[in-house]
Amino acid sequence: MDWLSSSPVTWYDALVVFLWGVVLMLVVLGFVTYAIYFERKVIGWMQYRQGPNRVGPLGLLQSVADILKLLIKEDTIPRKADRLLFVFAPVLAFIPSFAVLAVIPYTQKLYFADLNVGLLYYVALSGISTLAIVLGGWASNNKYALLGGMRSAAQMISYEVPLVISVTGVVMMSGTLNLRGIVDAQSGGWFWDWNFLPQIIGFAVFVVAAISELNRTPFDLPEAESELVAGYHVEYSGFRFAFFMLTEYVYVYAIAGLATTLFLGGWHAPAPFLDFIPGIIWFALKFAFIVFFLFWLRATLPRIRIDQLMGLGWKLLLPLSLVNIFLTALFYELFQR
Amino acid sequence: MGAIRTEELLLNVGPQHPSTHGVFRIIVKLDGEIITEATPVMGYLHRGTEKLAENLNFTQIIPYTDRMDYVSAMTNNYVLCHAVEKMMGLEVPERAEFLRLIVMEMQRVASHLVWWGTYLLDIGAMSPFLFAFRDRETIVQLFNELSGARLTYNYMRVGGVKWDAPPGWLDKVRAFIPYMEKKIEEYDRLVSGNEIFLSRIQGIGRYDAETAIRYGLSGANLRCTGVQWDLRRNEPYSLYDRFEFDVPVGKNGDCYDRYLLRLEEIRQSLRILRQALEQMPEGGETMGKVPRAIRPPAGESYVAIESPRGEIGCHIVSKGKAEPYRLKFRRPSFVNLQILPKLLVGETMTNLITILGGIDIVVGEVDA
Repeated sequence: MDWLSSSPVTWYDALVVFLWGVVLMLVVLGFVTYAIYFERKVIGWMQYRQGPNRVGPLGLLQSVADILKLLIKEDTIPRKADRLLFVFAPVLAFIPSFAVLAVIPYTQKLYFADLNVGLLYYVALSGISTLAIVLGGWASNNKYALLGGMRSAAQMISYEVPLVISVTGVVMMSGTLNLRGIVDAQSGGWFWDWNFLPQIIGFAVFVVAAISELNRTPFDLPEAESELVAGYHVEYSGFRFAFFMLTEYVYVYAIAGLATTLFLGGWHAPAPFLDFIPGIIWFALKFAFIVFFLFWLRATLPRIRIDQLMGLGWKLLLPLSLVNIFLTALFYELFQR
Repeated sequence: MGAIRTEELLLNVGPQHPSTHGVFRIIVKLDGEIITEATPVMGYLHRGTEKLAENLNFTQIIPYTDRMDYVSAMTNNYVLCHAVEKMMGLEVPERAEFLRLIVMEMQRVASHLVWWGTYLLDIGAMSPFLFAFRDRETIVQLFNELSGARLTYNYMRVGGVKWDAPPGWLDKVRAFIPYMEKKIEEYDRLVSGNEIFLSRIQGIGRYDAETAIRYGLSGANLRCTGVQWDLRRNEPYSLYDRFEFDVPVGKNGDCYDRYLLRLEEIRQSLRILRQALEQMPEGGETMGKVPRAIRPPAGESYVAIESPRGEIGCHIVSKGKAEPYRLKFRRPSFVNLQILPKLLVGETMTNLITILGGIDIVVGEVDA
């Protein structure tokens, strides 16, 4: 869509941009619907259960039914809640989750925004969702929600730091913050040209920090159901609750896309002779693997404790990601000049 | 600028909370996430079993005992029947006694499986819960074949058991033992070494042997401190003196030791089951000679047995009538729970769940 920025903006252009936005929205909503289905099926298989299998063939319409149910539920707002913030929080959580998707490139040609600061844009925007969670927890005027919101604030701040620092190594290798540029820099033809091997420390830190950012098991403390009942969204019901859930799954989409882009070579095939398969397929495969990995963890691991979580973030991940930067710099200084 | 005004947060955990295992309530005062005071509130499930029993004859009380510790109904049945039998000096036929022992040990396995699954669910691991319930299902199905119920069996009677094992039932139990032994190893591999799990429960909820005895703890809650006290061994009832089994003890007295102990107790129960099935007589009566009206002679008697949760006791005061003058159950869940407020002070909200789960309470038994 380079032609858009080179000519003056017309109504026609604006319409095209808007329609592409709608298309992306539909893709993402479709993803969320079936990611939830897929998650329940995968975890079901791992636990000797069937998973959803009643609504529609193979239970394929289960998520649709769930969403419909949420939409027609009574919209309750606690009497003592801060109405404005309570209503605003789910929206504030959702908007950045969707906005970050703009910079993820799917193939050489298919992308929505070619920002030169793409990575920074992603990190900066995704930080806003934390605010929404704290806001939601605070506005509910519920103690469990407040505890969940506070935990979330502590967790997200602690893990955003190693997350950003862990990808710095990738930026140093590619010499750009542009996500498309980062994928281009991994185009050696073979899978060992992708960033995850040379940046193995960075990749490990990124995966842990990313799971934590997603609030998924084993880092699902903000909504730790066995302690905080439902955490920050305990007072939310109906479509406001749906918005929070939607945000969570859209971030799964975003993080899977980001990890694919940064570390797994984006649309590149793992070997030159596999190049005949279109890039979008490769992207989808890597993307699906990461999503599966997240669901797999959920069925496997217990939840970590909040103080241990902080310790892990500040004492292990942060130093590791700093070491990673140092090693990358050293390597480039010694061998690449 | 003045100092920021802070105050303690009064948090009401329960009675409707996913991890209090029923309708149990704790009022905690939180300083940040640290608990400064904890007050358990009980009684939401109180049904007045002991009072009701005063107007019922002993056979009618048996189904009420099912509903006390509904995760381990067989041991509850047994303690009442055993107490009455002891007062009246009744003989129980050998086959009936074997059947009772077999179902009690199966119940212990089932009960510990429920604990294992729900405890891991408390800690945030979802799959073990479903694994444990799948295997418990086998036991529940076997009980269903035996007594016609899955949870509240009403199986035992004063002087014997209601039904003999249906044909092929004992073979199914026999086949279940090696299966469960294999599964326990699998569970051990799956969970016991997990880094997150260990860091969550090692050193949590610690107390020493003296404290445990002072609070009157029993079962795994006592044995985790290193005290070798198991009524099956120390005051043998039923036929336990005929079998070889170990009484595992811990040494640190923390949640991890209690966890390991309960897993080990499943293994020991399977060991007892295996021996019991070998020694079991082929046929015979399942009901002893019991007078038509069960009237224990006037007097008092206290009988205690080892339930999966600890010492469950039955104190009967009889005036020679068909109904007890007074009936009192020593409920291990209730007694074990008393140490909770002491353990919680200084812990985090997260550890509250870990410690409460580690005590292994059944609210039906706490409130009775």
